[in-house]
Amino acid sequence: MHQDSVLHNLSLTMVLAPLLGAIVAGFFGKVIGKTWTHRVTILLLMVSFACAIYIAKLLILDGMPSYNGVIYTWADVGKYQFNVGFLIDRLTAVMGITVTFVSLLVHIYSIGYMAEDDGYQRFFSYISLFTFMMLMLITANNLLQLYFGWEGVGLVSYLLIGFWFHRETANFGSLKAFIANRVGDMGFLLGIAAIMTYFGTIDYSTIFADAGNFTQTTITVLPGVHWNLITVVCLLLFIGAMGKSAQMPLHVWLPESMEGPTPISALIHAATMVTAGVFMVARMSPLFELSQVALTTVLIIGAVGALFTGILGVIQSDIKRVVAYSTLSQLGYMMVGLGASAFSAGIFHLMTHASFKALLFLSAGSVIIGMHHDQDMRNMGNIRKYMPITYVAFLVGALSLSAIPPFAGFYSKDAIIDAVHLSTIPGAHFAYICVVLGAFVTALYSFRAFFMTFHTKERMSEGLRKNLKESPWVVWVPLVILVVPSIILGAMIAGPMLYDPHSILGNSVYTAPQYDVLKIMAGHWHGAWSAVAESIYTPAFWMSIAGVAVAWLSYIVFPRLPNFVTRRFSWVYYILDRKYGFDDFNQIIFARGTVGLGKALFKYADLKLIDDYMVNGSGRGIEWFSRTLRKTQSGYLYDYAFAMILGLLVFLLWLLLG
Amino acid sequence: MFSHIPLLSLLIWLPIAGGVAVLLTGGDENAKLARTIAIATIMISILLCVPLYLGFDNNSYKMQFTEVVPWIAAYDIKYSLGVDGISMPMIILSTFTSLVVVLAACRSIKTKVAQYMATILILQGLMVGVFAAVDAILFYVFWEGMLIPMYICIGIWGGANRVYASIKFFLYTFLGSALMLVALIYLGMKADSFSILSFYPLPLAKSIQEMIFIAFLLAFAVKIPMWPVHTWLPDAHTEAPAGGSVVLAALMLKMGVYGFFRFSLPITPDACRAFDWVLIVLSLIAIVYIGLVAIAQTDMKKLIAYSSISHMGFATLGSFMIFAIVRNTADFRDAYMSLEGAMVQMISHAFSTGAMFFGIGVLYDRLSSRMIKDYGGVAHTMPVFAAFFMLFAMSNVGLPGTSGFVGEFMVIISAFKANFWITFFAASTLIIGAVYTLWLYKRVFFGPLVSDKVKGLQDIGGFEVIVFTLLAVPVIYIGVYPEPILDVFHASVGHILYLSHLTKLT
Repeated sequence: MHQDSVLHNLSLTMVLAPLLGAIVAGFFGKVIGKTWTHRVTILLLMVSFACAIYIAKLLILDGMPSYNGVIYTWADVGKYQFNVGFLIDRLTAVMGITVTFVSLLVHIYSIGYMAEDDGYQRFFSYISLFTFMMLMLITANNLLQLYFGWEGVGLVSYLLIGFWFHRETANFGSLKAFIANRVGDMGFLLGIAAIMTYFGTIDYSTIFADAGNFTQTTITVLPGVHWNLITVVCLLLFIGAMGKSAQMPLHVWLPESMEGPTPISALIHAATMVTAGVFMVARMSPLFELSQVALTTVLIIGAVGALFTGILGVIQSDIKRVVAYSTLSQLGYMMVGLGASAFSAGIFHLMTHASFKALLFLSAGSVIIGMHHDQDMRNMGNIRKYMPITYVAFLVGALSLSAIPPFAGFYSKDAIIDAVHLSTIPGAHFAYICVVLGAFVTALYSFRAFFMTFHTKERMSEGLRKNLKESPWVVWVPLVILVVPSIILGAMIAGPMLYDPHSILGNSVYTAPQYDVLKIMAGHWHGAWSAVAESIYTPAFWMSIAGVAVAWLSYIVFPRLPNFVTRRFSWVYYILDRKYGFDDFNQIIFARGTVGLGKALFKYADLKLIDDYMVNGSGRGIEWFSRTLRKTQSGYLYDYAFAMILGLLVFLLWLLLG
Repeated sequence: MFSHIPLLSLLIWLPIAGGVAVLLTGGDENAKLARTIAIATIMISILLCVPLYLGFDNNSYKMQFTEVVPWIAAYDIKYSLGVDGISMPMIILSTFTSLVVVLAACRSIKTKVAQYMATILILQGLMVGVFAAVDAILFYVFWEGMLIPMYICIGIWGGANRVYASIKFFLYTFLGSALMLVALIYLGMKADSFSILSFYPLPLAKSIQEMIFIAFLLAFAVKIPMWPVHTWLPDAHTEAPAGGSVVLAALMLKMGVYGFFRFSLPITPDACRAFDWVLIVLSLIAIVYIGLVAIAQTDMKKLIAYSSISHMGFATLGSFMIFAIVRNTADFRDAYMSLEGAMVQMISHAFSTGAMFFGIGVLYDRLSSRMIKDYGGVAHTMPVFAAFFMLFAMSNVGLPGTSGFVGEFMVIISAFKANFWITFFAASTLIIGAVYTLWLYKRVFFGPLVSDKVKGLQDIGGFEVIVFTLLAVPVIYIGVYPEPILDVFHASVGHILYLSHLTKLT
């Protein structure tokens, strides 16, 4: 009882502190001024972060049992009850630290990045609100609250992508993001409805406890076709995850989300929000493990995304877009990990990715500050000379992202690739090929961006070059802090996270015995350092090295090579430049199609058919009828109509009473 | 404890008396006095709602605060009032909406102030009468009487095309209710009493039930409005002044659904059960088709009007899905959520749609245009207004944490028990609703400033801020904690469910 109340209060503080910050910054920001706005929000976020750490200590180090409790009853209808409540287990603890840690750094970084912006207070209010929503999402003990957080982060993401709302591109990007997410959410909501219908509750604990009873249940969606209930539920939920975690083909919104301020790209569109889908699948692991079809789908969609969105990163010239495509690709890797039932590996990659991707984005942001908001790498070059700290930070991020041992990304990505290799789930073979090729692509685009930005000759204008200098300390301190986990996080927790029988995530994720690839891998695990030594025997390692090498050859040794390749294979370039045609397809079919359909329905059905023929037609009919009947003409349609109605009434009354 | 005070009568007649008093102040030279009397009247009405809410027993489905006075003894027609868990919240909602409308009018209405205030007050009294009437004839008197002030409201303070719109409005709604009167008279003769409650146990043959059902359906479907008798609404909305639109959206449309709850479901349960699929299909058409039509609108008010019809689709869907649900699960506790979802949707719709109509009124007051293309970048010049409008837009797209979510969520979740495809089409509102609402928002509020006129816009202040705050509080409160409201419905919804699953065939 006492332990429970400790966890309860800690979680409540962790969740509500950022909300308080958002309220203060949002309603009183103008009153208390810029300085106090960031002081208050950052202080409250520190409180939240401290709670997250303490929760993790209690659960993971002290082995306290997880907490599952109700805060209040949201609604009580018929035989169903909806609660707002917390499930604080190890998965929540790990996510809580990740979210509050990155959020805290982004808050600090924003002091520098947003310093000149008129919407300073609004910005801090939004990012604190975002943190609150994200924490609601990860602490939920039921699907309703998860959905609340899910839509809440979507809202803040929408507001932040469109933060500079005088820009047409930003407004387009934010609208696109919201709608693409809503497509996913529709699937998600259907999934929740299905669970509610069959399980009679949307509380995790009951769902997981009862899941085994439904393995044989079928559901008839199309007449005569019976589908396995669990499969249908998992696929519907996964559609939601595809929207939020930008999986193909719902990935189209993420590159456009780069219209938001860079700290947001780091926090929301790299480290935390976009991983909500990954978190949700891991959270629902007891269901997904019951459906091989669902696991295969997760695996294949993840793998396709991991490879093909990565390829798009190779041709981008906007530094943020490169990192954005790399995020798409890495989200694919996480999904592959989940699909291969290596849930711990997926979450592990989520954590390492949060640190090195936030690092990359914030470094890119630092460059962008120096470049006076020019993001085009074709105008950069040799920036290492002017921004040494940023240079090192970006390098560490790129190495970690490219899975070069012993950086953090190596351990998590390697674990995913190994897991797929060992997996027996259908589609694993295909997925394995994708993720191994993906390793090459990842290293290629990362180091292409790195070389183009920090090496090669200086291409910026003279005026810009003269003022180019390292960013202020509020910007580079977060970079330095993020460098640490981007290097050591992998080696430090790979063992306990993945291979320890009492692993960090413990029983907060569930793996069916027949799919437990991590258990096999644990047999080959001899510690973090031997993993580095053994890596030279893996194809993925050589793929990464090859990627770095090709980038080096193309941009440093033979700078003419990229242009030559682009010309020689112009058709490939065209396909990539059109992003495989997803945007064009959506624009033509969905955007124009929907608006066109709306217009057509309005014009032909509403105005023509109903109003013109039926309504005004019957009006004219009455007019004609009454004219012939009464032979008097006062000229107003409604005189006749009134007479008709009154006549009708009298007639009917007479019929009835007489 | 309050039983000796005729609370309901006061809530009906006080605003009407206040309205007459306001009228007596005469022309616009006494506008200030007219405003003062109007606000005083409405404030007293709000105070009267407090004992109504506190004294209401949530655990009973029976009529409470009843008042019975003989009226036309020859036909056993009585002046009989009472409220249950369905009508009590609607009465409070009516009074609250009028408060907001009157407050908003203090700024936006500058000519014929007394007449406008009087119209709104009289309308309020009549609407409370509709919800409080337990006698069918009394109900009908209020129901029809309500049309007159609304007709006047559109006809006098409306826009350029107001004559066409007001007549269309009047004809449609009047035609619809003509048949209802016939049905009510028939039922009254049959039951030897015009008490609505005495209609409930009345045995009715299938064919009679069907005819009565259709008569009711016409009356209510026009009011809600349901496809395809909905085309009067966009016209009425575009021409009505902001306050008129708010009353129309927040309350008058609800009377249709209220009619389903009070008449169709308990009086003609067998017909409802037989024709439920018609209503379900029409509701889905409203949600999907009308939603698509909303996307195509270029006039802000029309867009919100269509959005409003689309949202009412959830109220009707929730009301008639109960049969399909019980058919599948054989447990009518499963159907509570559907019916209560419909109720919440009605109440929430009043706040968010009402607020959006106000919002457009705010813009219209300043620029005299309702066309989307005349706006752009309003968020630069009116940040406070933009923030409020964002909240209501989010409620309109059903974001969790706002009231708009609760009803939609409950109906969509329940729909899965009826049929997968009902759920699918209902859930498409997640996408369609987001498209029309946020696209509107983007075009009006975001982007660069389109003209000097927009550049010169004044942000909201004074009465406007009070009005929006009054509407914002329930939107968030219901979204975060709907249980207190649901608790009011439970007993009465349960009773309606019980009645609607009886058979009255003899």
